[in-house]
Amino acid sequence: MREALEGSQAIARAVALCDPDVIAAYPITPQTHIVENLSKLVAEGDLHTEFVSVESEFSAASVVLGAAATGARAYTATASQGVLLMAEVLFNIAGMRLPLVMTVANRAVSAPLSIWNDHADSMAVRDSGWIQLHATSNQEAVDTTIQAFRIAQETELPVMVCMDGFILTHTMEPIDLPTHDAVRAWLPPFEFSRRLDPNAPKSMGMLVTPEYFPEVRHSHHSAMQKALAVIEETDADFETAFGRAAGGLLTVEGSADARIGILAMGSTIGTLRAGMADFADEAGPARLITLRSFRPFPTEALRSAVEGLEHLIVIDRAISPGLGGIVGVEVSAALAGMSKAPRVSNHALGLGGRDIPETIYVDLMAAVRDPDAPVFSIFDAEMEKLAPEDR
Amino acid sequence: MMSDMIEYRIHGRGGQGNVAAAYLLAATAFEAGWACQAFPAFGAERRGAPVAAFVRVDRAPIQLRSQIRSPDFLIVQDDTLLHDPKITSGLKPDGAMLVNSKRSGEEIAGQFECRCVSIDATEMAMAHIGKPIPNTALLAALLTLTGHFPLSALSTALGERFLGEVLDQNLTLIEHAGKAVPDGLWKKETADA
Repeated sequence: MREALEGSQAIARAVALCDPDVIAAYPITPQTHIVENLSKLVAEGDLHTEFVSVESEFSAASVVLGAAATGARAYTATASQGVLLMAEVLFNIAGMRLPLVMTVANRAVSAPLSIWNDHADSMAVRDSGWIQLHATSNQEAVDTTIQAFRIAQETELPVMVCMDGFILTHTMEPIDLPTHDAVRAWLPPFEFSRRLDPNAPKSMGMLVTPEYFPEVRHSHHSAMQKALAVIEETDADFETAFGRAAGGLLTVEGSADARIGILAMGSTIGTLRAGMADFADEAGPARLITLRSFRPFPTEALRSAVEGLEHLIVIDRAISPGLGGIVGVEVSAALAGMSKAPRVSNHALGLGGRDIPETIYVDLMAAVRDPDAPVFSIFDAEMEKLAPEDR
Repeated sequence: MMSDMIEYRIHGRGGQGNVAAAYLLAATAFEAGWACQAFPAFGAERRGAPVAAFVRVDRAPIQLRSQIRSPDFLIVQDDTLLHDPKITSGLKPDGAMLVNSKRSGEEIAGQFECRCVSIDATEMAMAHIGKPIPNTALLAALLTLTGHFPLSALSTALGERFLGEVLDQNLTLIEHAGKAVPDGLWKKETADA
């Protein structure tokens, strides 16, 4: 049923629809409302789960690691410094190939302290071996959360659902939550073949000598690559069951004649869509590419998506200081060697919650035509605020 | 921006139910069959500090996720915020401002050179719910002034949020507050109505 819901509240209810056995989370802005709403659902008797209150994100991640290892469907959520405090455990969860779901309410990372949205937190753990899916709207965040539980158990890989902090988590909008029965019919009961079992004792996360370490890494990488098909199939199957998809690996929209493309992850795509609809006359048309699956990285799908483009603008919501944009560099690498690869320019936008106005579409399109525009920039940084030596 | 889109900005002090007002207005629009989007001015809300919240409604699904820079309507929940001339910043030339104040709307309109109506929403809230929370009274007045959505949609939205006595008191309050302002004063004339 469609309801007007705050994003965080909708996520809590979506998690509840998936019948998690164990939830452990520590509140941090802007994820807090998700945890609050989950604990409220438990307190009111609407969600029967083991809700473990912990004293830190390190513990939250450790609790769900242990829970998943015993064969429980487990969930956690965090943001920003919480992701960093979890970092060691996140690598362990992925390395042990534990099927888990975590929401990241994307937020900038200190210092300087910022509670506002960008993607620095999930980017900091992009190499941890988790699947990372980005939502452009609260509807997609809800649908991706439900899909994530199925993807996790099918691939035996942990799944991070990334949603923009505040811009999605704190925004009320119409959201359609499926019924509990429909989700139960679609999402198989949790099963984990390698679970800890006293009748068949085994160890997890043991020392692996050089004799086997590269093979372990290879199998993890291979599992991530195979996950590309699972992510696509899961979304297609979800669409069959619920009548809407959540973005596959990536989606392509906009003008078929466009020679300029813009690629972005997360809620920025909505503002770009609005900008394109309202300013197409003055700024020209574009092809919009929404990258949903950042890990695994869909190289083949991306190459098809950019076919025919002369120029591709890649939006980053985080930077790697000393390199530039992260998505930008990865997209460039993925397109290298294509016979007619578009020229890539890369702009970071909205770092630390800088508002992204609708007119950004016009400015981005104008930058393509500017021969002096840099290949990478923090596009909305205002240089006059900096001392000359810091520019 | 699409022609049917209406943008509202709500100013108040932390603790006055600013975000709640934004969510209620969005839920009211939703009940009336509109697409809606409501969000706070993202920040650390502290009791008493000036805060803002935003609402965007449209007949079509809303894609834009920027903060609202040029609202059609302003709601000011606390008239001590009127010392700041920037409170009306970006308000559209044909926009209007609804203020919770004992001062007259004409007086405030003169200060800001924009259309303004005032009601004493705090006193109304004290009389009906016994708490100085002006948000629901202001929303009722806004609906009467603009005719954007029926008061019944606000009642339904309140029913989604409150129960029992609190709901009953608020329903009485919005009935009263809705009659305290001229019906349709800010209604846009539609060319082909």
